Amino acid sequence: MIEFTMPSLGADMEDGTLVEWRVKSGDFVKRGDIIADVDTQKGLIEIEVFDEGTIAELIVKEGEKVPVGTVMAILIPVVEKVPAIKKSRIKKEPIKEMVKEGSIKVDDRLKISPLAKKIAKEKGIDLTAIKGSGPEGSIVKKDIDLAVAMKVESHVEVTGGKKEIAEKGLRAAIASAMSKSNREIPHFYLETRIDMTKALEWLRKANRQRELKDRLLTIVLLIKATAKAIKEVPSVNAFWENGLQLKNAINIGFAISLRKGGVVIPAIPEADKKSLNQLMDLLNDLIPRARALQLRSSELSESTITISNIGEGSTDKVFGVIYPPQVAILGFGNIVEEAWAKDGELSARPVVHVTLAADHRAIDGYLGSRFLMALKRNLQKPEAL
Amino acid sequence: MKEEETKATILKLLQEIAPDIDPEELGMDDNIREVFGIDSFDFLQLIIGIDKEFGITTPEEDYGKITTLRSLITYVKATK
Repeated sequence: MIEFTMPSLGADMEDGTLVEWRVKSGDFVKRGDIIADVDTQKGLIEIEVFDEGTIAELIVKEGEKVPVGTVMAILIPVVEKVPAIKKSRIKKEPIKEMVKEGSIKVDDRLKISPLAKKIAKEKGIDLTAIKGSGPEGSIVKKDIDLAVAMKVESHVEVTGGKKEIAEKGLRAAIASAMSKSNREIPHFYLETRIDMTKALEWLRKANRQRELKDRLLTIVLLIKATAKAIKEVPSVNAFWENGLQLKNAINIGFAISLRKGGVVIPAIPEADKKSLNQLMDLLNDLIPRARALQLRSSELSESTITISNIGEGSTDKVFGVIYPPQVAILGFGNIVEEAWAKDGELSARPVVHVTLAADHRAIDGYLGSRFLMALKRNLQKPEAL
Repeated sequence: MKEEETKATILKLLQEIAPDIDPEELGMDDNIREVFGIDSFDFLQLIIGIDKEFGITTPEEDYGKITTLRSLITYVKATK
C-alpha cells in the first residue's frame, strides 16, 4: 500500500484544502496523473500522483483542510491485489453514493465528480451540454466553473439594463477565465517595437480628406495589420482544446475596458476581409454597446485571438493573459516618441511596443517571432492595409 | 457665448461620453484624457460633439492643442 499525502508546495505552505478529487476509489492511476485540486495560499493547485496503482480509499473529504503530510488517499501498487476488506470499504464510499443523488437528471453513463455535480445542481447547469475534461472524459469542477462563467456571460447580455448586476457577473466571468488561463496555459512572451512614422503619416493624410465622423483611429490599422499577419502565420489563430485546432476564420477579439473596472472582448469577425472603413464602422457600433454591456452572446464567443490596446494613452507595454481556449493575445502599448537608431543615425520616432503572449503547448517562439515580424512589415506599408 | 457657458457645454459633452465621471474632479489645467481615462475613441466622440455644439471644424492637427478644459475653451473662443 502507498500512502498519498498532502504535498508541500514550498517551505511556507502549512496546509491545503482539498477542493476536488479528480479520481474515485477503484480508479487506476499512473505517474503524473492529476488526482486532486487543492487550494493553497498559492492558489488552486493541481496535484499529481507519483506512483502507479489503484485508488483503494479516498480518506480526506472534499472541502477538508489538512496539514502538509496528512494521508489523503491509499493506493494499491500495480503488483499488489486490492485486499478484500478494502473492496468492501470501497463499496461503502459515500462519495460514490453522492453520484446517484441530485434532482438534475443525469445519464447513468455520464461520468462526473461529486463536487462538480453538487455545484452543477446549485447553479442549475445542464450537464448534458458539458464535455468533460477529467479522466476518461469525466466532468470535473473546472468544467462546471467554465459553464457557470459562460452562463454569466449570457447573463451580461440579457441584463443590459441592470448594469450593476451584469458588472458583478462580468467580474466573476473574468475571474474564472483568467484563473483557468493562468492555471493551465504555459504562456511565453515576445516583444518588439515598431516604428509608426509611416503608418501615422498615412493616417494623417487619409483623415485630412475625411469628415470628422468618418475619421479613422490608429487602432484600425493595428487590427488590419494583425489580421494580415495572421494570414502569414495562421498558427496563432487557434484554440487549444484536446490539442491544437487551427481556425479558418480570423475573428479578432478586441478588448474593451470599462471605466469602473472589467473588460469585455467582442469579436471582430473576419477582420482580414474587412476594409479599414468597415473596421472603423464596426468599432463605432461595438465600443458603445460594449461599454453599456449590451453585447450579443455570439459576439463574446467567436473570437479566435485577442488584441488589447489598453496601453493607448497610458502605459508603454501590455503583457496579456490568454483568453482560453485561444492560444495568443497581442498587447499594444502607447505610441510614444522614442530614440530610433537606423543606418548609424539617431532620430526621434513614434514607436509602439507590441507584445505577444502565446500558449507554448500550441506554438513555439519561432512562429511567434515570425508573426510579430509580419505585423511589423504590414505597418510599414499602411497604404496596402 | 460666455466662458462659463462654454465650460458647462464641454462638461455636459464629457458626461455624455463617460456617464460615470464627476466633472467637479476636473481642474482647468488638468489633462482631460488622463483624469477621466478617455481613449482615442471617446476623444473623437468629444470632438464630434464640440464641432456640432459650437459650429466649428477641428482638424486632427489641432488635437494636441486641446488637452485641458482651459485650452479647449480658448480654442473654441478663437475658432468660432
